[in-house]
Amino acid sequence: MSAADSPDSRCDIEVVAPGPLSHVQDLGRDGWRHLGICRGGALDPACAALANALVGNRDDDAVLEFTLQGPSLRLPRPLRIALMGAVCEARFEGQWLPPARPIDLPAGVLSLGGMRSGVRGWLAVRGGLDTPRVLGSRATDLRGGFGGIDGRALRGGDRLPVGAHGAIETSRPRVPGWWIDPDFNHDPHAPIRYLASEAPALRDIAAQLSRQTWRVNAASNRQGLRLDGDALQAPQAGALSEPVAPGTIQLPADGRPIVLLADAQTVGGYARLGHVIAADLPRLAQARPNAELRFLRCDAAQAAAAARKARAEWARLKLAIEARLKRQ
Amino acid sequence: MNAGRPAASDAAIEFEALADDAWLLRLGRVIDDELNARVHALAARLRLHAPPWLRDVVPAYASLAVFFDPFAIDAADARAWLRARCEHASAVAPSPAARTIEIPVAYGGEFGPDLHDSAAELGVSPQALIARHSERDYTVAMIGFAPGFPYLSGLDPELALPRLATPRTAVAAGSVAIGGAQTGIYPRPGPGGWRLLGRTPLCLFDTARDAPSLLQPGDRVRFRPIDALEFARLQAAP
Repeated sequence: MSAADSPDSRCDIEVVAPGPLSHVQDLGRDGWRHLGICRGGALDPACAALANALVGNRDDDAVLEFTLQGPSLRLPRPLRIALMGAVCEARFEGQWLPPARPIDLPAGVLSLGGMRSGVRGWLAVRGGLDTPRVLGSRATDLRGGFGGIDGRALRGGDRLPVGAHGAIETSRPRVPGWWIDPDFNHDPHAPIRYLASEAPALRDIAAQLSRQTWRVNAASNRQGLRLDGDALQAPQAGALSEPVAPGTIQLPADGRPIVLLADAQTVGGYARLGHVIAADLPRLAQARPNAELRFLRCDAAQAAAAARKARAEWARLKLAIEARLKRQ
Repeated sequence: MNAGRPAASDAAIEFEALADDAWLLRLGRVIDDELNARVHALAARLRLHAPPWLRDVVPAYASLAVFFDPFAIDAADARAWLRARCEHASAVAPSPAARTIEIPVAYGGEFGPDLHDSAAELGVSPQALIARHSERDYTVAMIGFAPGFPYLSGLDPELALPRLATPRTAVAAGSVAIGGAQTGIYPRPGPGGWRLLGRTPLCLFDTARDAPSLLQPGDRVRFRPIDALEFARLQAAP
């Protein structure tokens, strides 16, 4: 990132106000779990990849993930952006901006406000956020303290480098008349599907997960979604630590389940009731504190079918975006 | 500890779906050096001819997880591939040539605020606790909890100590600690509930290094007591 690198196309976005929890994410880092390093990445990777597609980036270019409320950002020169995920109150110099489409903006301040529903949104910028790759990824590991901007959430005054190939020209906001469904994969009212543990000591407890409505605890984060409800009977403590994964449903001694998300630790000692299927994990990324959640048991074939369906829908949208961008 | 227990047969490896994109392979359910060595040997075997769809092999005490790309291979096919690699897993000799890493540790004082209380609780002198903690070789049974945090097996069972009732909010990086029947090292500052006996000036985890973690699963570890002067000297060394 020396000054010799095409100064025309590279620039830094300045963080005017960071929002409660905004950080750089991509599709995460693989190959390091044996050293205790989580995969991380956008909590809804398909959604983040579509935001990238809308601005002409690669799937794994880095985007900004923001939580409950977005940041305010000063754009130093014209940039193409797209917003996906939970819909926030987005404005550019006072003008309202819609989500889920490529928007060209001149230099000025982009303000991403609060969300009426959902928790997490993703902002893609043409050229990608060009923070350094750490262990092969630009994802911020908030617990490990690396990746993104110094391994932490954004602060006011931070500068987000935008990669080359991001240059566009416009003197006013340009909003196309087409868009994609920002909620493309999600039926917010459907129960969360899970595969229940078949371990004899856990089978009955795992089945009980679907017998009540749970509430999302406010202490939930990217590591895990904590559930409040009638406590389940936890098996006696002292289980041997074994690997865990995003989706793992843990049952600590207090009987209140935790569903692990993308920043899951790599090993854990709590009882495992099973796992939430991959196709339904993105919905957990949008579950607000106090939201009601129901769970529904399914089998491996149903999980695989749901994953294929979500993937096909994603691929269809991506092709539609690419076709649309070619016509522009 | 494992005397008289027959070696588990290959068929005893249980497969469990850990996620849509991960299988858990369980070789046993106890903390046991021989079992753990077999886990690491199996992990090494899986990595040796890793197909492109294999994303991560994560060894733990008596089990390991294998993460795969679910869009590149069917879960059932990944399982069949793994099953085939598990054949004769009990015959895999754990490599005796595992590395031994020496970790210098300044015990007690500001470096190990729990040394005196822990020694008193165990009914030994602080010097005896240091001697007994540093006279044994340990094995990195697994790495977890945080990037680069080694769970070391091989602690003298008489030195087992319960975790603090109220975890500390701030533990210094490099702190060497006992938690239950294990000992470990905190790679970076943060909260923690283990008993802090000392601290090493070595950096356990640094993403700027080619091998970010000083220790790898399966490594042997030996603690060498040092004084405050040597701690300062080693900390200042590049």
